[in-house]
Amino acid sequence: MSTTEKKTTAMSSDHSGSYLSVRDLVVHFPTSDGVVKATDGLSYTVDRGKTLGIVGESGSGKSVSSSAILGLHRGTNAQVSGEILLDGVDLLTLGDEQMRRRRGKDVAMIFQDPLSAMHPYYTVGNQIAEAYRVHNRVSRKAARARTIEMLDRVGIPNPDRRVDDYPHQFSGGMRQRAMIAMSLINDPGLLIADEPTTALDVTVQAQILDLLQDLQKEFNSAIVIITHDLGVVAEMADDVLVMYAGRAVEYGPTKEILVRPEMPYTWGLLSSVPDVVGDTDAKLIPIKGNPPSLLNPPTGCAFHPRCAHRDKVPGNLCFTQLPDLTPAAAGGTHTKRCHIANPDEVYVAEVLPEIAPDLVEEQQR
Amino acid sequence: MSIDLNGKEPTPMSHEGHTALQADLNAPPVLSVDGLQMYFPVKSSGVIRRTVGHVKAVDGVSFQVREMGSLGLVGESGCGKSTTGRLITRLYKPTDGKIEFEGRDIADLSQRQLLPLRRDIQMIFQDPATSLNPRHTVGSIIGAPLEIHKVLPRNKILGRVQELLEIVGLNPEHYNRYPHEFSGGQRQRIGIARALTLQPKLLVADEPVSALDVSIQAQVINLLQDLQKEFGIAFLFIAHDLAIVRHFCPEVAVMYLGKIVEIGDRESIYGRAHHPYTQALLSAVPDVKQATVGGRRERIRLTGDVPSPINPPSGCRFRTRCPIAKEICAKVEPPLLQIGPTHKVACHFPGEIGKAPETPVTSRLLGVDDYGTPDAGASPVELPTGPSFANTWFDLGNRTIHTP
Repeated sequence: MSTTEKKTTAMSSDHSGSYLSVRDLVVHFPTSDGVVKATDGLSYTVDRGKTLGIVGESGSGKSVSSSAILGLHRGTNAQVSGEILLDGVDLLTLGDEQMRRRRGKDVAMIFQDPLSAMHPYYTVGNQIAEAYRVHNRVSRKAARARTIEMLDRVGIPNPDRRVDDYPHQFSGGMRQRAMIAMSLINDPGLLIADEPTTALDVTVQAQILDLLQDLQKEFNSAIVIITHDLGVVAEMADDVLVMYAGRAVEYGPTKEILVRPEMPYTWGLLSSVPDVVGDTDAKLIPIKGNPPSLLNPPTGCAFHPRCAHRDKVPGNLCFTQLPDLTPAAAGGTHTKRCHIANPDEVYVAEVLPEIAPDLVEEQQR
Repeated sequence: MSIDLNGKEPTPMSHEGHTALQADLNAPPVLSVDGLQMYFPVKSSGVIRRTVGHVKAVDGVSFQVREMGSLGLVGESGCGKSTTGRLITRLYKPTDGKIEFEGRDIADLSQRQLLPLRRDIQMIFQDPATSLNPRHTVGSIIGAPLEIHKVLPRNKILGRVQELLEIVGLNPEHYNRYPHEFSGGQRQRIGIARALTLQPKLLVADEPVSALDVSIQAQVINLLQDLQKEFGIAFLFIAHDLAIVRHFCPEVAVMYLGKIVEIGDRESIYGRAHHPYTQALLSAVPDVKQATVGGRRERIRLTGDVPSPINPPSGCRFRTRCPIAKEICAKVEPPLLQIGPTHKVACHFPGEIGKAPETPVTSRLLGVDDYGTPDAGASPVELPTGPSFANTWFDLGNRTIHTP
């Protein structure tokens, strides 16, 4: 670690010491129909060497909030406010040129679909080397050597030959590996993976997730993984952030969130995916209705039109008042946004017997 | 019944939870596929385009779909599962093999002969955005089959369309809207309504939920279960999501490079998988319950990619990635051997994880020695082939034919 880096780390100590700290992030898109509140007051932190999983349906604002970290909304009419502290520096206050210098070097992103994220006219090696040469003054030859080294590191066979291939000559899994090589070539401190395995087969997905974990250990980077697959979150993430309609609805350590969830939306997500192991008597219970429009989100708790448990809240609190992100019954750092007074008891008594009858039997024994 | 489309999407039937589908494993088959093959020619470049090879997309596949039953077809992309679905709906004409629907071979029928059959076999496509014509209203999309097959007089079509919309949980008054006015899950419901229009006996569902959000997936799966119960439809359910297939299909076939490597009832495949590929697939699925212990699940690691179907490996096609492959696997192709009342597996060393036998179980049956070279002294056994399960099967414990 260089001395300048040490200084910035020291400076960031007053920001709870996290490598990435997002505070009250707001991303609004003004359109002719009104303001789309894609992200509305989002806060989270990620330490180096740790992984945060962001879960939510399409349109919940999970990708928008992450591209804000990379400054991808600059030059559009998006209204971004709040704080994004990366190693103590607020990325939102930086100038475009300064941001450009950090993008790819301090923060890198892996996109969902590598076929559309890569340029079809340039070779894979050319595109990876470009990412390296932008941030390092090296010769073409040195950049090419570094590219081959990275391709080898992410497990592409014959990297010295494949470096001259075009993206279409790679298989889906190999393209995703090449994307990972491209994003890691500058050794970034923060890696954002936006649905990195959604387009892949399960066996390839397992390989890619293995690779991400190995590389994280090696480079000690912070990872934000955006996904809708709770299984991926369970195996990869240290912390989980569940998003709904642009807001965090539940946030805490993975084990807490997936074993003792306290927000009906998280219950709904858990009950609407079947399992490959366990009881076949487990029920598949969908969340009724559709995700809300961010143009005109529901009043009060944004989840109330789809919530099966809103009758447990006295009065019409769910319709009128947005619940705060409050500590969960279990305590710790687990927080949830819900009016229900005893969500832990409701979960054990009503939700768990339906979705995992075998687990309930086990506990009773 | 008034339905407000913008806030809620009431689906009268599919809101309460559904347990996994059970089915009668002795029901007669509605569809019986035997030795199905589909070779796509590969042409050389240049003016004279000669055929230089074939993509063996489906290479000798046999299975049955039972009445009221549901067979899941799983495998990685490029294994031929979608091609199989398109062969059964006869969107392709198979290179070889039989497709018996209600006892009649439909593999060689002409387009004209197929027309009445299209009523009985329908398809649900993966991507509802591209499988619905954006220039047609929902009413004309769902009503088209009725008009083409002259089932109803024109003035009665609208009533039937509205009825169908209501069945799949959409507002019947929205028949004159266009596909883009609906959300992804609603569009998939339109695709389902169109497939239901002619009251088919068999529905081929090709990845019907993989393009949808998690919460919407469950809605559509429950809807399909309700429809199956109500109208007695048999399903060929093609998907890569093993958890959804486990929930929806009492019987499952696992494909690899154009061949079925393991087929059987739900319990045999998910509880006692005997093929190393099935085991690897199952162990690769990330599990939510893993959260209680943290870290990654123990699993079988497959390296590399699926080989090209133009030039598949000799012998067993999985051997290049198989953790337990031996010499015999490169030389002799393993037969799809029945090892239980409703369980078949194509492997020389079938066994549950960690319990694979030391010597190939198939050598004596095939008349070869343990290394795959033909053995003059051995007498090959006639093995039952074909799409159905026999009453006798090969007992893996004492390596004899088991007769109950």
